[in-house]
Amino acid sequence: MIDRETVIHVAKLARLGLSEEDINIFQGQLSVILQNIAILQEADVSGVSPTAHASRLTNIMRTDTPRPSYPPEVLLANAPDQEDNYLKVNAVLEGE
Amino acid sequence: MTELYQLTIHEAGKLLRQRKISSVELTQAHLDRIRAVEDKVKALTLITDDLALQQAREADKRLARNENLSPLTGIPIAIKDVICTKDITTTCGSRMLENFKPPFDATVMQKLNAAGIVMVGKTNMDEFAMGSSTEHSAFFPTHNPWDLERTPGGSSGGSAAAVAAGMAMGAYGSDTGGSIRQPGALCNVVGLKPTYGRVSRFGLVAFASSLDQIGPFARDARDAALLLQVIAGHDPCDATSSPHPVADYTANLNGSIKGLRIGVPEEYWVEGTQPEVVAAVQADIEKLHEMGAIVEPVSLPHTKYGVAAYYIVAPAEASANLARYDGVKYGYSYRDTNDMWEAMEKTRQYGFGAEVKRRIMLGTYALSAGYYDAYYKRAEKVRTLIRQDFERAFERFDVLASPASPTVAFKLGEISDPYQMYLQDVFTIPANLAGICGISIPGGFSNGLPIGFQLLGNAFAEDMILRVADAFQRVTDYHTRWPQL
Repeated sequence: MIDRETVIHVAKLARLGLSEEDINIFQGQLSVILQNIAILQEADVSGVSPTAHASRLTNIMRTDTPRPSYPPEVLLANAPDQEDNYLKVNAVLEGE
Repeated sequence: MTELYQLTIHEAGKLLRQRKISSVELTQAHLDRIRAVEDKVKALTLITDDLALQQAREADKRLARNENLSPLTGIPIAIKDVICTKDITTTCGSRMLENFKPPFDATVMQKLNAAGIVMVGKTNMDEFAMGSSTEHSAFFPTHNPWDLERTPGGSSGGSAAAVAAGMAMGAYGSDTGGSIRQPGALCNVVGLKPTYGRVSRFGLVAFASSLDQIGPFARDARDAALLLQVIAGHDPCDATSSPHPVADYTANLNGSIKGLRIGVPEEYWVEGTQPEVVAAVQADIEKLHEMGAIVEPVSLPHTKYGVAAYYIVAPAEASANLARYDGVKYGYSYRDTNDMWEAMEKTRQYGFGAEVKRRIMLGTYALSAGYYDAYYKRAEKVRTLIRQDFERAFERFDVLASPASPTVAFKLGEISDPYQMYLQDVFTIPANLAGICGISIPGGFSNGLPIGFQLLGNAFAEDMILRVADAFQRVTDYHTRWPQL
Protein backbone atom coordinates (compact mmCIF):
# COMPACT_ATOMS: atom_id res chain seq x y z
CA MET A 1 0.00 0.00 0.00
CA ILE A 2 1.19 3.50 -0.61
CA ASP A 3 -0.17 6.54 1.15
CA ARG A 4 -1.19 9.95 -0.10
CA GLU A 5 2.07 11.58 1.02
CA THR A 6 4.10 9.04 -0.96
CA VAL A 7 2.08 9.78 -4.10
CA ILE A 8 2.72 13.50 -3.68
CA HIS A 9 6.43 12.90 -2.95
CA VAL A 10 6.92 10.66 -6.01
CA ALA A 11 5.08 13.14 -8.25
CA LYS A 12 7.43 15.83 -7.02
CA LEU A 13 10.47 13.66 -7.83
CA ALA A 14 9.07 13.12 -11.34
CA ARG A 15 8.16 16.82 -11.74
CA LEU A 16 4.67 15.67 -12.60
CA GLY A 17 1.77 17.92 -11.71
CA LEU A 18 -1.23 15.99 -10.39
CA SER A 19 -4.77 17.13 -9.69
CA GLU A 20 -6.49 16.20 -6.41
CA GLU A 21 -8.46 13.61 -8.37
CA ASP A 22 -5.25 12.18 -9.89
CA ILE A 23 -3.70 11.82 -6.44
CA ASN A 24 -6.68 9.86 -5.14
CA ILE A 25 -6.94 7.64 -8.22
CA PHE A 26 -3.20 6.91 -8.39
CA GLN A 27 -3.02 6.11 -4.68
CA GLY A 28 -5.54 3.30 -5.20
CA GLN A 29 -4.27 2.10 -8.58
CA LEU A 30 -0.58 2.12 -7.68
CA SER A 31 -1.37 0.20 -4.50
CA VAL A 32 -3.14 -2.51 -6.50
CA ILE A 33 -0.28 -2.72 -9.00
CA LEU A 34 2.33 -2.92 -6.23
CA GLN A 35 0.33 -5.66 -4.47
CA ASN A 36 0.51 -7.72 -7.65
CA ILE A 37 4.17 -6.93 -8.18
CA ALA A 38 4.92 -8.14 -4.64
CA ILE A 39 5.13 -11.68 -6.09
CA LEU A 40 8.72 -10.77 -6.97
CA GLN A 41 9.58 -11.10 -3.29
CA GLU A 42 8.90 -14.85 -3.58
CA ALA A 43 11.56 -15.43 -6.21
CA ASP A 44 14.84 -16.93 -5.04
CA VAL A 45 17.41 -14.49 -6.39
CA SER A 46 20.28 -15.42 -4.10
CA GLY A 47 23.53 -15.38 -6.05
CA VAL A 48 21.81 -14.10 -9.21
CA SER A 49 23.36 -11.12 -10.95
CA PRO A 50 21.01 -8.49 -12.42
CA THR A 51 20.28 -8.11 -16.15
CA ALA A 52 20.14 -4.44 -17.14
CA HIS A 53 19.80 -5.07 -20.85
CA ALA A 54 19.55 -7.95 -23.30
CA SER A 55 21.85 -6.77 -26.05
CA ARG A 56 24.55 -9.42 -25.47
CA LEU A 57 27.13 -6.71 -26.12
CA THR A 58 29.60 -4.91 -23.88
CA ASN A 59 31.71 -1.79 -24.28
CA ILE A 60 30.88 -0.82 -27.83
CA MET A 61 33.49 1.57 -29.18
CA ARG A 62 33.52 3.65 -32.32
CA THR A 63 36.03 6.00 -33.85
CA ASP A 64 35.61 9.62 -32.86
CA THR A 65 35.09 11.02 -36.32
CA PRO A 66 33.56 14.49 -36.75
CA ARG A 67 30.40 14.54 -38.84
CA PRO A 68 28.30 17.43 -40.10
CA SER A 69 25.78 18.57 -37.51
CA TYR A 70 22.38 20.18 -37.93
CA PRO A 71 22.06 23.94 -38.27
CA PRO A 72 20.54 25.53 -35.12
CA GLU A 73 17.44 26.66 -37.04
CA VAL A 74 16.60 23.03 -37.84
CA LEU A 75 17.09 21.82 -34.28
CA LEU A 76 15.12 24.74 -32.87
CA ALA A 77 12.22 24.40 -35.31
CA ASN A 78 10.15 22.57 -32.66
CA ALA A 79 11.14 24.80 -29.74
CA PRO A 80 8.24 26.40 -27.85
CA ASP A 81 10.21 29.63 -27.39
CA GLN A 82 13.57 30.86 -28.63
CA GLU A 83 15.69 33.95 -29.11
CA ASP A 84 18.85 34.36 -31.20
CA ASN A 85 19.18 30.60 -31.73
CA TYR A 86 18.87 29.86 -28.00
CA LEU A 87 16.07 28.09 -26.16
CA LYS A 88 14.24 30.63 -24.02
CA VAL A 89 13.20 29.49 -20.53
CA ASN A 90 11.87 30.99 -17.32
CA ALA A 91 14.43 32.34 -14.86
CA VAL A 92 16.21 29.47 -13.11
CA LEU A 93 17.74 31.44 -10.22
CA GLU A 94 15.34 32.98 -7.76
CA GLY A 95 15.49 36.34 -5.99
CA GLU A 96 17.06 38.28 -8.87
CA MET B 1 -12.04 -11.43 -57.52
CA THR B 2 -9.05 -10.35 -55.52
CA GLU B 3 -8.77 -6.59 -55.12
CA LEU B 4 -5.36 -4.96 -55.42
CA TYR B 5 -5.43 -4.12 -51.71
CA GLN B 6 -5.84 -7.82 -50.88
CA LEU B 7 -2.58 -8.96 -52.46
CA THR B 8 0.43 -9.94 -50.41
CA ILE B 9 3.64 -7.98 -50.85
CA HIS B 10 5.36 -10.86 -52.63
CA GLU B 11 2.43 -11.21 -55.04
CA ALA B 12 2.24 -7.48 -55.72
CA GLY B 13 6.02 -7.21 -56.06
CA LYS B 14 5.97 -9.81 -58.83
CA LEU B 15 3.21 -7.94 -60.70
CA LEU B 16 5.12 -4.65 -60.29
CA ARG B 17 8.35 -6.12 -61.64
CA GLN B 18 6.48 -7.73 -64.55
CA ARG B 19 4.94 -4.27 -65.21
CA LYS B 20 1.45 -5.79 -65.00
CA ILE B 21 0.47 -3.16 -62.45
CA SER B 22 2.04 0.16 -61.52
CA SER B 23 2.85 1.38 -58.05
CA VAL B 24 0.57 4.36 -58.67
CA GLU B 25 -2.34 1.96 -59.32
CA LEU B 26 -1.47 -0.12 -56.29
CA THR B 27 -1.10 2.97 -54.11
CA GLN B 28 -4.35 4.49 -55.40
CA ALA B 29 -6.14 1.23 -54.56
CA HIS B 30 -4.92 1.52 -50.98
CA LEU B 31 -5.76 5.23 -50.71
CA ASP B 32 -9.26 4.41 -52.00
CA ARG B 33 -9.53 1.62 -49.44
CA ILE B 34 -8.42 4.02 -46.70
CA ARG B 35 -11.10 6.47 -47.82
CA ALA B 36 -13.71 3.68 -47.70
CA VAL B 37 -12.95 2.20 -44.28
CA GLU B 38 -10.88 4.65 -42.19
CA ASP B 39 -13.97 6.37 -40.74
CA LYS B 40 -14.90 3.05 -39.15
CA VAL B 41 -11.45 1.70 -38.23
CA LYS B 42 -9.59 4.90 -37.25
CA ALA B 43 -6.19 3.27 -37.73
CA LEU B 44 -4.30 6.36 -38.85
CA THR B 45 -3.21 9.56 -37.13
CA LEU B 46 -2.10 10.96 -40.49
CA ILE B 47 -2.83 10.01 -44.12
CA THR B 48 0.11 10.96 -46.34
CA ASP B 49 -1.68 10.64 -49.69
CA ASP B 50 0.26 13.29 -51.63
CA LEU B 51 3.58 11.87 -50.45
CA ALA B 52 2.40 8.35 -51.22
CA LEU B 53 1.51 9.16 -54.83
CA GLN B 54 4.80 11.02 -55.30
CA GLN B 55 6.75 8.05 -53.91
CA ALA B 56 4.69 5.71 -56.13
CA ARG B 57 5.62 7.69 -59.25
CA GLU B 58 9.29 7.54 -58.19
CA ALA B 59 8.97 3.79 -57.66
CA ASP B 60 7.41 3.34 -61.09
CA LYS B 61 10.39 5.12 -62.68
CA ARG B 62 12.74 2.89 -60.73
CA LEU B 63 10.80 -0.21 -61.79
CA ALA B 64 10.85 0.95 -65.43
CA ARG B 65 14.63 1.26 -65.30
CA ASN B 66 14.78 -2.09 -63.47
CA GLU B 67 17.46 -0.59 -61.30
CA ASN B 68 18.28 -1.04 -57.63
CA LEU B 69 14.98 -2.80 -56.88
CA SER B 70 13.96 -4.04 -53.45
CA PRO B 71 11.05 -6.41 -52.73
CA LEU B 72 9.45 -3.35 -51.09
CA THR B 73 9.90 -0.94 -54.02
CA GLY B 74 6.53 0.64 -54.75
CA ILE B 75 4.74 -1.16 -51.89
CA PRO B 76 2.24 0.84 -49.74
CA ILE B 77 3.28 0.69 -46.09
CA ALA B 78 2.01 2.29 -42.86
CA ILE B 79 4.33 3.45 -40.08
CA LYS B 80 3.57 3.56 -36.36
CA ASP B 81 3.57 7.13 -35.15
CA VAL B 82 6.43 6.45 -32.73
CA ILE B 83 8.99 6.15 -35.57
CA CYS B 84 10.52 9.49 -36.54
CA THR B 85 9.70 10.66 -40.06
CA LYS B 86 11.60 13.74 -41.20
CA ASP B 87 9.38 16.84 -41.39
CA ILE B 88 6.27 14.66 -40.97
CA THR B 89 4.35 14.84 -37.70
CA THR B 90 5.34 12.10 -35.24
CA THR B 91 2.89 12.31 -32.34
CA CYS B 92 3.47 9.08 -30.35
CA GLY B 93 -0.29 9.24 -29.77
CA SER B 94 0.34 12.06 -27.30
CA ARG B 95 -0.77 15.66 -26.83
CA MET B 96 2.84 16.23 -25.83
CA LEU B 97 4.04 15.67 -29.40
CA GLU B 98 0.85 16.60 -31.27
CA ASN B 99 2.73 19.07 -33.51
CA PHE B 100 6.22 17.56 -33.37
CA LYS B 101 8.01 17.27 -36.71
CA PRO B 102 11.32 15.41 -36.35
CA PRO B 103 14.34 17.02 -38.04
CA PHE B 104 15.57 13.56 -39.10
CA ASP B 105 14.41 10.13 -40.23
CA ALA B 106 14.78 7.09 -37.99
CA THR B 107 17.37 4.65 -39.35
CA VAL B 108 14.50 2.30 -40.19
CA MET B 109 12.85 5.07 -42.25
CA GLN B 110 16.12 5.80 -44.06
CA LYS B 111 16.34 2.13 -45.03
CA LEU B 112 12.69 1.97 -46.09
CA ASN B 113 12.97 5.14 -48.15
CA ALA B 114 16.13 3.82 -49.80
CA ALA B 115 14.20 0.64 -50.66
CA GLY B 116 11.55 2.81 -52.32
CA ILE B 117 8.49 2.15 -50.17
CA VAL B 118 5.31 4.16 -50.46
CA MET B 119 4.25 5.54 -47.07
CA VAL B 120 0.46 5.84 -46.90
CA GLY B 121 0.25 7.12 -43.34
CA LYS B 122 1.23 7.10 -39.68
CA THR B 123 -0.66 4.72 -37.43
CA ASN B 124 -2.49 5.26 -34.17
CA MET B 125 -1.13 3.86 -30.93
CA ASP B 126 -1.42 3.94 -27.16
CA GLU B 127 0.35 7.06 -25.93
CA PHE B 128 4.13 6.53 -25.99
CA ALA B 129 3.42 2.84 -26.74
CA MET B 130 2.02 2.25 -23.25
CA GLY B 131 -1.08 0.10 -23.48
CA SER B 132 -2.69 -2.97 -25.01
CA SER B 133 -5.78 -1.53 -26.72
CA THR B 134 -5.00 1.88 -28.38
CA GLU B 135 -7.55 3.32 -25.94
CA HIS B 136 -4.70 5.31 -24.40
CA SER B 137 -4.18 7.25 -27.64
CA ALA B 138 -4.67 10.94 -26.82
CA PHE B 139 -6.64 11.33 -30.07
CA PHE B 140 -9.08 8.43 -30.54
CA PRO B 141 -9.20 4.65 -30.12
CA THR B 142 -8.70 2.38 -33.12
CA HIS B 143 -11.43 -0.16 -33.87
CA ASN B 144 -10.80 -3.81 -34.66
CA PRO B 145 -11.70 -4.52 -38.31
CA TRP B 146 -13.14 -7.90 -37.24
CA ASP B 147 -15.61 -6.27 -34.85
CA LEU B 148 -15.72 -2.50 -34.71
CA GLU B 149 -16.92 -2.53 -31.10
CA ARG B 150 -13.70 -4.22 -30.04
CA THR B 151 -10.10 -3.07 -29.66
CA PRO B 152 -7.38 -4.03 -32.13
CA GLY B 153 -5.00 -4.57 -29.22
CA GLY B 154 -2.02 -2.35 -28.65
CA SER B 155 0.08 -0.48 -28.46
CA SER B 156 0.62 -0.86 -32.23
CA GLY B 157 -3.13 -1.30 -32.78
CA GLY B 158 -3.27 1.13 -35.71
CA SER B 159 -0.57 -0.76 -37.62
CA ALA B 160 -2.29 -4.12 -37.06
CA ALA B 161 -5.72 -2.77 -38.00
CA ALA B 162 -4.36 -1.03 -41.12
CA VAL B 163 -2.93 -4.30 -42.47
CA ALA B 164 -6.01 -6.30 -41.45
CA ALA B 165 -8.33 -3.81 -43.19
CA GLY B 166 -6.33 -3.58 -46.44
CA MET B 167 -5.23 0.02 -45.86
CA ALA B 168 -1.55 -0.93 -46.20
CA MET B 169 0.16 -4.10 -47.47
CA GLY B 170 2.46 -4.13 -44.48
CA ALA B 171 3.20 -1.93 -41.49
CA TYR B 172 5.81 -1.34 -38.85
CA GLY B 173 5.27 -1.12 -35.12
CA SER B 174 7.28 -1.37 -31.92
CA ASP B 175 7.19 -4.12 -29.32
CA THR B 176 8.30 -3.44 -25.74
CA GLY B 177 6.18 -6.07 -23.96
CA GLY B 178 3.99 -7.43 -26.75
CA SER B 179 2.93 -4.31 -28.64
CA ILE B 180 3.40 -6.00 -32.04
CA ARG B 181 2.41 -9.59 -31.27
CA GLN B 182 -0.74 -8.95 -29.22
CA PRO B 183 -2.40 -6.59 -31.77
CA GLY B 184 -1.24 -8.94 -34.53
CA ALA B 185 -3.07 -11.74 -32.72
CA LEU B 186 -6.25 -9.72 -32.16
CA CYS B 187 -6.38 -8.51 -35.79
CA ASN B 188 -5.46 -11.79 -37.58
CA VAL B 189 -2.19 -10.56 -39.06
CA VAL B 190 1.41 -11.67 -38.66
CA GLY B 191 3.38 -9.60 -36.12
CA LEU B 192 7.10 -10.12 -35.56
CA LYS B 193 9.23 -8.85 -32.70
CA PRO B 194 12.89 -9.20 -33.66
CA THR B 195 15.70 -10.09 -31.27
CA TYR B 196 16.83 -7.12 -29.17
CA GLY B 197 19.55 -5.40 -31.20
CA ARG B 198 18.51 -6.85 -34.57
CA VAL B 199 16.89 -3.59 -35.69
CA SER B 200 18.19 -0.09 -34.99
CA ARG B 201 16.27 1.92 -32.41
CA PHE B 202 17.73 5.22 -33.67
CA GLY B 203 14.74 7.49 -34.25
CA LEU B 204 12.32 5.21 -32.41
CA VAL B 205 10.92 7.46 -29.67
CA ALA B 206 12.11 5.73 -26.50
CA PHE B 207 9.74 4.01 -24.07
CA ALA B 208 11.91 1.36 -22.33
CA SER B 209 15.29 1.28 -24.03
CA SER B 210 16.38 -2.19 -22.90
CA LEU B 211 13.17 -3.75 -24.27
CA ASP B 212 12.03 -1.72 -27.33
CA GLN B 213 12.33 -3.23 -30.82
CA ILE B 214 10.81 -2.20 -34.16
CA GLY B 215 9.21 -4.99 -36.19
CA PRO B 216 6.79 -5.68 -39.05
CA PHE B 217 3.11 -6.52 -39.49
CA ALA B 218 2.22 -8.58 -42.56
CA ARG B 219 -0.45 -10.80 -44.14
CA ASP B 220 1.83 -13.82 -44.23
CA ALA B 221 5.20 -15.05 -42.99
CA ARG B 222 6.92 -14.50 -46.35
CA ASP B 223 5.90 -10.84 -46.34
CA ALA B 224 7.10 -10.51 -42.74
CA ALA B 225 10.48 -11.90 -43.85
CA LEU B 226 10.70 -9.32 -46.64
CA LEU B 227 9.69 -6.48 -44.31
CA LEU B 228 12.25 -7.54 -41.69
CA GLN B 229 15.05 -8.02 -44.22
CA VAL B 230 15.06 -4.36 -45.23
CA ILE B 231 15.31 -2.96 -41.68
CA ALA B 232 17.59 -5.53 -39.99
CA GLY B 233 21.25 -4.88 -39.32
CA HIS B 234 23.83 -2.96 -37.36
CA ASP B 235 23.62 0.82 -37.08
CA PRO B 236 26.47 3.00 -35.81
CA CYS B 237 23.82 5.38 -34.43
CA ASP B 238 22.50 2.71 -32.03
CA ALA B 239 25.19 1.22 -29.79
CA THR B 240 22.82 -1.59 -28.77
CA SER B 241 22.28 -2.72 -32.37
CA SER B 242 24.08 -5.97 -33.07
CA PRO B 243 26.93 -6.69 -35.49
CA HIS B 244 25.62 -10.29 -35.72
CA PRO B 245 25.28 -11.17 -39.45
CA VAL B 246 21.78 -10.73 -40.88
CA ALA B 247 20.27 -13.99 -42.15
CA ASP B 248 18.50 -14.33 -45.50
CA TYR B 249 14.99 -14.55 -44.07
CA THR B 250 13.31 -16.05 -47.13
CA ALA B 251 16.04 -18.62 -47.89
CA ASN B 252 14.60 -21.34 -45.63
CA LEU B 253 10.90 -20.81 -46.28
CA ASN B 254 10.70 -24.26 -47.87
CA GLY B 255 7.62 -25.65 -46.11
CA SER B 256 9.52 -28.35 -44.27
CA ILE B 257 9.62 -28.54 -40.49
CA LYS B 258 10.25 -32.27 -40.31
CA GLY B 259 12.43 -33.09 -37.32
CA LEU B 260 12.37 -29.57 -35.85
CA ARG B 261 12.00 -29.60 -32.08
CA ILE B 262 9.06 -27.59 -30.77
CA GLY B 263 8.78 -26.95 -27.03
CA VAL B 264 5.44 -26.19 -25.42
CA PRO B 265 5.96 -24.15 -22.22
CA GLU B 266 3.90 -25.75 -19.43
CA GLU B 267 3.60 -22.46 -17.55
CA TYR B 268 1.86 -20.75 -20.50
CA TRP B 269 -1.46 -22.53 -19.87
CA VAL B 270 -2.53 -20.22 -17.08
CA GLU B 271 -5.86 -19.58 -15.45
CA GLY B 272 -7.62 -16.71 -17.16
CA THR B 273 -6.79 -17.87 -20.67
CA GLN B 274 -10.03 -18.30 -22.61
CA PRO B 275 -10.84 -21.99 -23.30
CA GLU B 276 -11.36 -21.24 -27.02
CA VAL B 277 -7.83 -19.80 -27.18
CA VAL B 278 -6.40 -22.87 -25.45
CA ALA B 279 -8.28 -25.24 -27.78
CA ALA B 280 -7.25 -23.39 -30.96
CA VAL B 281 -3.58 -23.15 -30.01
CA GLN B 282 -3.44 -26.80 -28.95
CA ALA B 283 -4.86 -27.70 -32.38
CA ASP B 284 -2.23 -25.47 -34.02
CA ILE B 285 0.54 -27.25 -32.11
CA GLU B 286 -0.93 -30.63 -33.10
CA LYS B 287 -0.81 -29.45 -36.71
CA LEU B 288 2.94 -28.84 -36.39
CA HIS B 289 3.28 -32.33 -34.95
CA GLU B 290 1.38 -33.82 -37.91
CA MET B 291 3.77 -31.98 -40.22
CA GLY B 292 6.69 -33.88 -38.75
CA ALA B 293 7.91 -31.63 -35.94
CA ILE B 294 8.89 -33.21 -32.62
CA VAL B 295 6.62 -31.64 -29.99
CA GLU B 296 7.43 -31.91 -26.28
CA PRO B 297 6.58 -30.01 -23.10
CA VAL B 298 9.19 -27.70 -21.60
CA SER B 299 9.30 -25.82 -18.31
CA LEU B 300 10.02 -22.09 -18.02
CA PRO B 301 9.74 -22.02 -14.22
CA HIS B 302 10.05 -18.25 -13.68
CA THR B 303 7.25 -17.33 -16.09
CA LYS B 304 4.93 -16.32 -13.24
CA TYR B 305 7.27 -13.44 -12.35
CA GLY B 306 7.36 -12.03 -15.90
CA VAL B 307 4.58 -9.45 -15.72
CA ALA B 308 5.71 -8.22 -12.29
CA ALA B 309 9.37 -7.86 -13.33
CA TYR B 310 8.31 -6.09 -16.52
CA TYR B 311 6.11 -3.60 -14.65
CA ILE B 312 9.13 -2.52 -12.65
CA VAL B 313 11.76 -2.50 -15.41
CA ALA B 314 9.67 -0.89 -18.16
CA PRO B 315 8.15 1.96 -16.07
CA ALA B 316 11.55 2.62 -14.45
CA GLU B 317 13.15 3.08 -17.87
CA ALA B 318 10.12 5.04 -19.08
CA SER B 319 10.28 7.43 -16.15
CA ALA B 320 13.87 8.24 -17.10
CA ASN B 321 13.23 8.41 -20.86
CA LEU B 322 10.18 10.66 -20.50
CA ALA B 323 12.04 13.14 -18.29
CA ARG B 324 13.00 14.86 -21.55
CA TYR B 325 9.47 16.22 -21.99
CA ASP B 326 9.94 19.40 -20.01
CA GLY B 327 8.31 21.98 -22.30
CA VAL B 328 11.65 23.56 -23.16
CA LYS B 329 13.13 21.88 -26.22
CA TYR B 330 10.11 20.67 -28.17
CA GLY B 331 6.56 19.50 -27.68
CA TYR B 332 3.72 20.91 -25.62
CA SER B 333 4.74 23.68 -23.25
CA TYR B 334 2.72 25.28 -20.45
CA ARG B 335 3.46 29.01 -20.78
CA ASP B 336 1.11 30.65 -18.33
CA THR B 337 3.61 31.18 -15.51
CA ASN B 338 7.03 32.67 -14.88
CA ASP B 339 7.99 29.89 -12.48
CA MET B 340 10.28 27.27 -14.01
CA TRP B 341 9.16 24.33 -11.85
CA GLU B 342 5.48 25.14 -12.20
CA ALA B 343 5.89 25.37 -15.98
CA MET B 344 7.57 21.97 -16.05
CA GLU B 345 5.05 20.27 -13.77
CA LYS B 346 2.05 21.68 -15.62
CA THR B 347 3.59 20.87 -19.01
CA ARG B 348 3.75 17.24 -17.91
CA GLN B 349 0.37 17.34 -16.17
CA TYR B 350 -1.46 18.56 -19.29
CA GLY B 351 0.79 16.98 -21.94
CA PHE B 352 0.66 13.37 -20.69
CA GLY B 353 -2.39 11.13 -20.43
CA ALA B 354 -3.37 8.93 -17.47
CA GLU B 355 -1.51 5.73 -18.42
CA VAL B 356 1.75 7.56 -19.09
CA LYS B 357 1.47 9.38 -15.76
CA ARG B 358 0.72 6.09 -14.01
CA ARG B 359 3.88 4.51 -15.42
CA ILE B 360 6.05 7.53 -14.67
CA MET B 361 4.78 7.37 -11.08
CA LEU B 362 5.37 3.62 -10.82
CA GLY B 363 8.85 3.86 -12.34
CA THR B 364 9.89 6.83 -10.24
CA TYR B 365 8.66 5.03 -7.12
CA ALA B 366 10.62 1.87 -8.00
CA LEU B 367 13.79 3.89 -8.51
CA SER B 368 13.37 6.15 -5.48
CA ALA B 369 15.54 6.01 -2.36
CA GLY B 370 14.56 3.15 -0.10
CA TYR B 371 12.77 1.15 -2.80
CA TYR B 372 15.50 0.71 -5.42
CA ASP B 373 16.85 -2.58 -4.03
CA ALA B 374 13.45 -4.03 -3.15
CA TYR B 375 11.93 -3.32 -6.54
CA TYR B 376 14.24 -2.34 -9.38
CA LYS B 377 17.30 -4.39 -8.50
CA ARG B 378 15.19 -7.40 -7.59
CA ALA B 379 13.29 -7.15 -10.90
CA GLU B 380 16.60 -7.09 -12.78
CA LYS B 381 17.67 -10.28 -11.01
CA VAL B 382 14.38 -11.95 -11.84
CA ARG B 383 14.98 -10.84 -15.42
CA THR B 384 18.19 -12.89 -15.33
CA LEU B 385 16.22 -15.96 -14.15
CA ILE B 386 13.72 -15.53 -17.01
CA ARG B 387 16.54 -15.17 -19.52
CA GLN B 388 18.16 -18.35 -18.17
CA ASP B 389 14.84 -20.23 -18.48
CA PHE B 390 14.93 -19.52 -22.22
CA GLU B 391 18.64 -20.33 -22.56
CA ARG B 392 18.01 -23.78 -21.09
CA ALA B 393 14.90 -24.30 -23.26
CA PHE B 394 16.70 -23.39 -26.48
CA GLU B 395 19.41 -25.96 -25.78
CA ARG B 396 16.72 -28.56 -26.45
CA PHE B 397 14.28 -26.81 -28.77
CA ASP B 398 14.31 -24.82 -32.01
CA VAL B 399 11.04 -23.00 -31.34
CA LEU B 400 8.63 -22.58 -28.42
CA ALA B 401 4.88 -22.47 -29.15
CA SER B 402 2.11 -20.83 -27.11
CA PRO B 403 -0.90 -18.53 -27.35
CA ALA B 404 0.01 -14.93 -28.19
CA SER B 405 -2.69 -13.42 -25.99
CA PRO B 406 -4.90 -14.95 -23.27
CA THR B 407 -8.07 -13.61 -24.90
CA VAL B 408 -9.61 -12.72 -28.23
CA ALA B 409 -10.21 -9.01 -28.90
CA PHE B 410 -12.09 -7.43 -25.99
CA LYS B 411 -14.64 -4.63 -26.22
CA LEU B 412 -13.57 -1.01 -26.18
CA GLY B 413 -14.01 0.16 -22.59
CA GLU B 414 -14.27 -3.40 -21.24
CA ILE B 415 -11.01 -3.41 -19.26
CA SER B 416 -10.83 -0.37 -16.97
CA ASP B 417 -8.51 -1.75 -14.27
CA PRO B 418 -4.88 -1.00 -15.22
CA TYR B 419 -3.47 -4.25 -13.86
CA GLN B 420 -6.02 -6.37 -15.75
CA MET B 421 -4.91 -4.61 -18.93
CA TYR B 422 -1.27 -5.39 -18.09
CA LEU B 423 -2.14 -9.11 -18.01
CA GLN B 424 -2.92 -8.96 -21.74
CA ASP B 425 0.84 -9.28 -22.27
CA VAL B 426 1.45 -12.28 -20.00
CA PHE B 427 2.64 -14.48 -22.92
CA THR B 428 4.59 -11.82 -24.77
CA ILE B 429 6.51 -10.01 -22.00
CA PRO B 430 9.06 -12.79 -21.22
CA ALA B 431 10.55 -12.59 -24.75
CA ASN B 432 11.23 -8.87 -24.31
CA LEU B 433 12.84 -9.40 -20.91
CA ALA B 434 15.08 -12.11 -22.40
CA GLY B 435 15.72 -10.19 -25.63
CA ILE B 436 14.75 -13.12 -27.88
CA CYS B 437 12.54 -13.02 -31.00
CA GLY B 438 8.88 -13.94 -31.37
CA ILE B 439 6.12 -13.96 -33.92
CA SER B 440 2.34 -14.08 -33.68
CA ILE B 441 0.49 -15.65 -36.59
CA PRO B 442 -3.22 -16.25 -37.27
CA GLY B 443 -4.05 -19.48 -35.43
CA GLY B 444 -7.83 -19.82 -35.45
CA PHE B 445 -11.12 -18.10 -34.73
CA SER B 446 -13.68 -18.03 -31.96
CA ASN B 447 -17.11 -16.64 -32.91
CA GLY B 448 -15.55 -14.73 -35.78
CA LEU B 449 -12.74 -13.24 -33.68
CA PRO B 450 -9.09 -14.08 -34.45
CA ILE B 451 -6.82 -16.12 -32.17
CA GLY B 452 -3.05 -15.59 -32.27
CA PHE B 453 -0.48 -18.41 -32.26
CA GLN B 454 2.92 -17.37 -30.88
CA LEU B 455 6.25 -18.89 -31.89
CA LEU B 456 9.30 -17.85 -29.87
CA GLY B 457 12.84 -18.28 -31.18
CA ASN B 458 16.30 -17.95 -29.73
CA ALA B 459 18.30 -14.75 -30.17
CA PHE B 460 18.83 -14.08 -33.91
CA ALA B 461 16.70 -17.11 -34.89
CA GLU B 462 14.17 -15.01 -36.84
CA ASP B 463 14.80 -17.27 -39.84
CA MET B 464 13.69 -20.27 -37.74
CA ILE B 465 10.40 -18.82 -36.46
CA LEU B 466 9.62 -17.52 -39.96
CA ARG B 467 10.27 -20.97 -41.40
CA VAL B 468 7.82 -22.61 -38.99
CA ALA B 469 5.26 -19.79 -39.49
CA ASP B 470 5.49 -20.11 -43.28
CA ALA B 471 5.17 -23.90 -43.15
CA PHE B 472 2.11 -23.57 -40.90
CA GLN B 473 0.51 -21.12 -43.31
CA ARG B 474 0.94 -23.55 -46.22
CA VAL B 475 -1.46 -25.96 -44.52
CA THR B 476 -3.86 -23.48 -42.89
CA ASP B 477 -6.01 -20.69 -44.29
CA TYR B 478 -6.67 -18.49 -41.23
CA HIS B 479 -4.32 -15.80 -42.55
CA THR B 480 -6.14 -15.57 -45.88
CA ARG B 481 -9.49 -14.58 -44.35
CA TRP B 482 -10.80 -11.04 -44.55
CA PRO B 483 -13.03 -9.11 -42.13
CA GLN B 484 -16.37 -7.79 -43.39
CA LEU B 485 -16.13 -4.02 -43.38
